[in-house]
Amino acid sequence: MDSLIDILKSDARASAEDIARRLGGTPDEILDRIHQLETSGAILGYQAVVDPEKTGDSDVTAVIEVKITPERGGGFDRLASRIAKFEQVISCYLMSGGYDLLVIVRGRDLREVARFIAEKLSSIEGVLSTATHFRLKNYKVNGLLMEVGADSPRLAVAP
Amino acid sequence: MSRNISRIVRDLPKSGIRDFFEVVQTMSDVISLGIGEPDFPTPWHIREAAIYGLEKGHTGYSSNLGLPRLRRSIADHLAARHGLSYDPLSQILISVGVSESIDLALRAVLEEGDEVLYHEPCYVSYAPSIALARGVAVPVATRAEDGFSLTAEVLRARITPRSRVLMLNFPTNPTGAVLLGDELAKIAALCVEHDLLVLSDEIYCELIYDGIRHESIAALPGMAGRTVYLNGMSKAYAMTGFRIGYACGPEEIIDAMMKIHQYSILCAPMMGQEAAIEAIEFGAPDVEKMRREYERRRNFIVGALNDCGLPCLKPKGSFYVFPRVDGTGLTSTEFSLRLLREHRVAVVPGTAFGPGGEGYVRCSYATGYDRIKTATEVIAGFVKSL
Repeated sequence: MDSLIDILKSDARASAEDIARRLGGTPDEILDRIHQLETSGAILGYQAVVDPEKTGDSDVTAVIEVKITPERGGGFDRLASRIAKFEQVISCYLMSGGYDLLVIVRGRDLREVARFIAEKLSSIEGVLSTATHFRLKNYKVNGLLMEVGADSPRLAVAP
Repeated sequence: MSRNISRIVRDLPKSGIRDFFEVVQTMSDVISLGIGEPDFPTPWHIREAAIYGLEKGHTGYSSNLGLPRLRRSIADHLAARHGLSYDPLSQILISVGVSESIDLALRAVLEEGDEVLYHEPCYVSYAPSIALARGVAVPVATRAEDGFSLTAEVLRARITPRSRVLMLNFPTNPTGAVLLGDELAKIAALCVEHDLLVLSDEIYCELIYDGIRHESIAALPGMAGRTVYLNGMSKAYAMTGFRIGYACGPEEIIDAMMKIHQYSILCAPMMGQEAAIEAIEFGAPDVEKMRREYERRRNFIVGALNDCGLPCLKPKGSFYVFPRVDGTGLTSTEFSLRLLREHRVAVVPGTAFGPGGEGYVRCSYATGYDRIKTATEVIAGFVKSL
């Protein structure tokens, strides 16, 4: 079943008119509901998903496994949010298993990422160890395949 | 008034901005275009550097002049960015904001009765700081037709045998004026001719638009030896609360300023100094990002104010615009008070920055785009109703 959030999750640029036609109601009501979702923090933002090979982006992305010491009172929260606030950190998750935080970091070049890990992340009181893996190639991001025409070709009209 | 208070302080006027903000404090839901500080929070990596310092227990005094590493970073930054050359060991002093450096420099160089020239409208602290250092304030009125910049011709007319110091603030608070090229060179030549010392407050030098490059008077031939270059972290890096400024100049003057600083302040806050190192060494991309946003807002607010009938130049620097309001038939103060009381938008009357500001108000665009948009719509309605 379609809900407003489902529609926006698959196409954030769907117009209020389109959404109103699919869900019923008027475009103004839809805009009101979107505004409410935005102000309540349910919708955090809208971003384009790009293929870095096509945009000529030379950014460097790394996935870092981080072990940290939990604290009384806050557990992992305080350290995790301190790490998450760095501009270079694009995602930060608390994980089960062999390490605590999975941190995805993006920098302009290898030097920036290396500096972030050596000078910022590893030196924080409570960070015990890091293991860094660099991204080599994207195949699929946020549910979108990187190659155009990745779907199998079908005839426009078929019996 | 009580005889416990010295004559100099008794005669000192209170800042016009403060008076005005007393009124604002009593009201809610005000959109303020009156604030002279960035609306961006300090970039996280800079805040985090301060937290890191606290965690490691870096909470003592630093050297009186400031942390050696910070002074080295500043020297490297000024050399690379502005072509200025200072010895970090003897020619740079870290102060509590630029305001402290202005006070130190004036107290260090002035004899009682020395005249200090400065361009007006200008920042609210100049005349009081001169008075406190027992100098004589000599304002030089700048003109709208010069874009509120200083010209050598206007300055020359105000020089007397008692003139000792010229204070410059380009880009300027409150007008956003800049001083570049030939006119800057002519003013430098005047300073050499009349043996004037220059205090150049360049706190807005990173916030400059239209692809223009900032020029410092200290970089001109013959000027390094007679210029105290003043700058700080507050505006470019959005670090007002960290209270870090710096003064660079001839060793003799920095040494004299240090004498006063060590007895009255001792050293600038350690936490702020550690944050400043991070900012200067790695903050350039943040500054550029904020600068671009200010430029977009400036383009919008200048257009919007002109459209609603308040003639407004397009300033090339800082984050202020200085529109004319005398066409409304109101004085600066009447305009500002009525706009605030009747429409809940705060701007600062131009007269807070000297008598030459009559007929103008200062609007800061260090405020989110949406709020600027709403505020200019309100101003348009107000102007129409007059």
